[in-house]
Amino acid sequence: MGGVQGFMYPNEVELQWSILIVLYPFITGLVAGAFILASLERVFNVHVVRPTYRLALLTALAFLIVAPLPLQLHLGRPERSLEMYFTPHRTSAMAMFGFVYLWYLMGILLLEIWLDYRRDLVCSHRASTGVKRALYGALTLWSDDISDEALALDDKAGRIITIVGIPSAFLLHGYVGFIFGSIKANPWWSTPLMPIVFIFSAMVSGIALVMLMYIGLSRLQGRRVEMPCVDTIASYLFYAFVVDFSLEMVDLIHRIYEADESFRALDFMVHTRLFTSQIVLQLGLGTAVPLLLLAVSQVAKLRDAARLRVYILAGCLTLVGIFAMRWNVVIGGQLFSKSFLGYTTYKLQFATREGLAPAIALLILPFGILAGLVRLLPPWPATAVSE
Amino acid sequence: MDQSRRTFLSDAGRWIVLTGAASIAWDAIAAGAPETAPNYRMTEHWWAMLLDIEQCIGCGTCVRACKTENNVPLDAEHFRTWVERYVVNIDDPDHPIVDSPNGGYDGFTDTPLGPHAKTFFVPKMCNHCSDSPCVQVCPVGATFVSPDGVVLVDKDRCLGCRYCIQACPYGTRFIDPRTNTVDKCTLCYHRITKGLLPACVETCPTGARRLADLKNPADPVHEFLRTHTVHVLKPQMATGAKAYYYGLDGSVR
Repeated sequence: MGGVQGFMYPNEVELQWSILIVLYPFITGLVAGAFILASLERVFNVHVVRPTYRLALLTALAFLIVAPLPLQLHLGRPERSLEMYFTPHRTSAMAMFGFVYLWYLMGILLLEIWLDYRRDLVCSHRASTGVKRALYGALTLWSDDISDEALALDDKAGRIITIVGIPSAFLLHGYVGFIFGSIKANPWWSTPLMPIVFIFSAMVSGIALVMLMYIGLSRLQGRRVEMPCVDTIASYLFYAFVVDFSLEMVDLIHRIYEADESFRALDFMVHTRLFTSQIVLQLGLGTAVPLLLLAVSQVAKLRDAARLRVYILAGCLTLVGIFAMRWNVVIGGQLFSKSFLGYTTYKLQFATREGLAPAIALLILPFGILAGLVRLLPPWPATAVSE
Repeated sequence: MDQSRRTFLSDAGRWIVLTGAASIAWDAIAAGAPETAPNYRMTEHWWAMLLDIEQCIGCGTCVRACKTENNVPLDAEHFRTWVERYVVNIDDPDHPIVDSPNGGYDGFTDTPLGPHAKTFFVPKMCNHCSDSPCVQVCPVGATFVSPDGVVLVDKDRCLGCRYCIQACPYGTRFIDPRTNTVDKCTLCYHRITKGLLPACVETCPTGARRLADLKNPADPVHEFLRTHTVHVLKPQMATGAKAYYYGLDGSVR
């Protein structure tokens, strides 16, 4: 039993949830965060972040499409996954995932994107020929009324959907947190703060991602980066991060002060097996450094180019930090024995079903989907460019 | 004419209904469901287990019997039941030294014991909780408590999501690598419904394991529970555990 230190119950030696289950909260977090950023513009009328509105929605969609794939790949019997829809067990937190997911995908995100793009779709349909014309025609759902009244109705409906969408985004990711937080057998997970921490960390990661995507895509397309827009997003990232960090500290301080039966085991784990991923990556590089960078950019009068570099660095480190946080929750929660008497090791393999290779592929896939979506549904219409 | 039509409809209706009922019954019969076992009524039993720490000698017979009877993988990481050896230093009871080499399958050799230490064996298995966290979290209801109080898994429904393994505080579940579905102690359900004892109980040379039927007034378990102090593992988990330990030390997790 290599990698075991102390005593594990024999069935605990092998880890149950792999890197794929780390991806699941990471990806859904990006979805929820990106959507919340989009809704800022829509519901709270923060017009300065307008250039990222559609990009945020498309990013959310690209990642949402990929979100169930790691779960599917992880199942022992993937061919039975639809049973969760057909015969859901009502007391199971996990059984509701399918419904929350479907609601969010079909009820909120697709509808909002469709309503927002309907005018463009109709115009593209009219302007194109052949296969492209048929494709855009299908995407309009054969509704080509773009009169002022129809567009006004679209706008009103879109606004209502966004308002419903915000709690739905919270539900989607708070729910993912609940899956872990409600497991009383595992003291590393079992805390009512888990869903709340998950929501705020989701906002942090989603905002960082959309900010980076906006900067990257603008550069790629030779478009000027709107600094007031990026500045505003960076300030939101900073505020969300402060709340997220505070919540995590509340959790940490509570655990240290309460020091229940699990504390010694968890404390030992954080100082040994989780030291690199928790202390160095999550708290150091992934939280303290980006928070400091963002704080400096808020206070100091940096030139545009310098500020942009600071934002890019802070955004990348933030994503690393949030990924490390998901890793520490999912993997960390399985490294210690429920007897609190020992520790095991996670052996990450490479080219296996639950190895590093499929995990990397699943992280690249949403960017591929997003590239397709951006081509099909340009986030910046030609009229906006000429302005 | 009307009369004969009524008779016809009634007969046809009865035939259709009875055929339906028979087809439902046939599924149960074909699956070897316990209700079809002669003289066994699920509602007349409420199964539990009594484990006597003082009697356990750590021979591992129960582990071997269980693996053989239930076709459990013969490696060191999959067990429906296993035996742990505790060495507790009386000056430091909070930090027992515990081991379970190969789940106790081969028994235990010499126990290194200092002058201030005590040692004992703890057989572990599914606690067949009445408020099972594993049953609560299963997304498709593949794991359930039977009407006679046994926590079972329907392997034809299990997705292999492993949520139940995370939810079990006692580490009694594992994924069977041959089916990729979850596996656990069934109290040898195929035996107890035929009036036999679970394999571990049957083979224990010292009587350290006893099957208990809490609904059967004639079962001596009632007298035992009335006259002895018993504990369950991790009572703070409030799982309604039905594996009752006699002589359980406070250091056992």
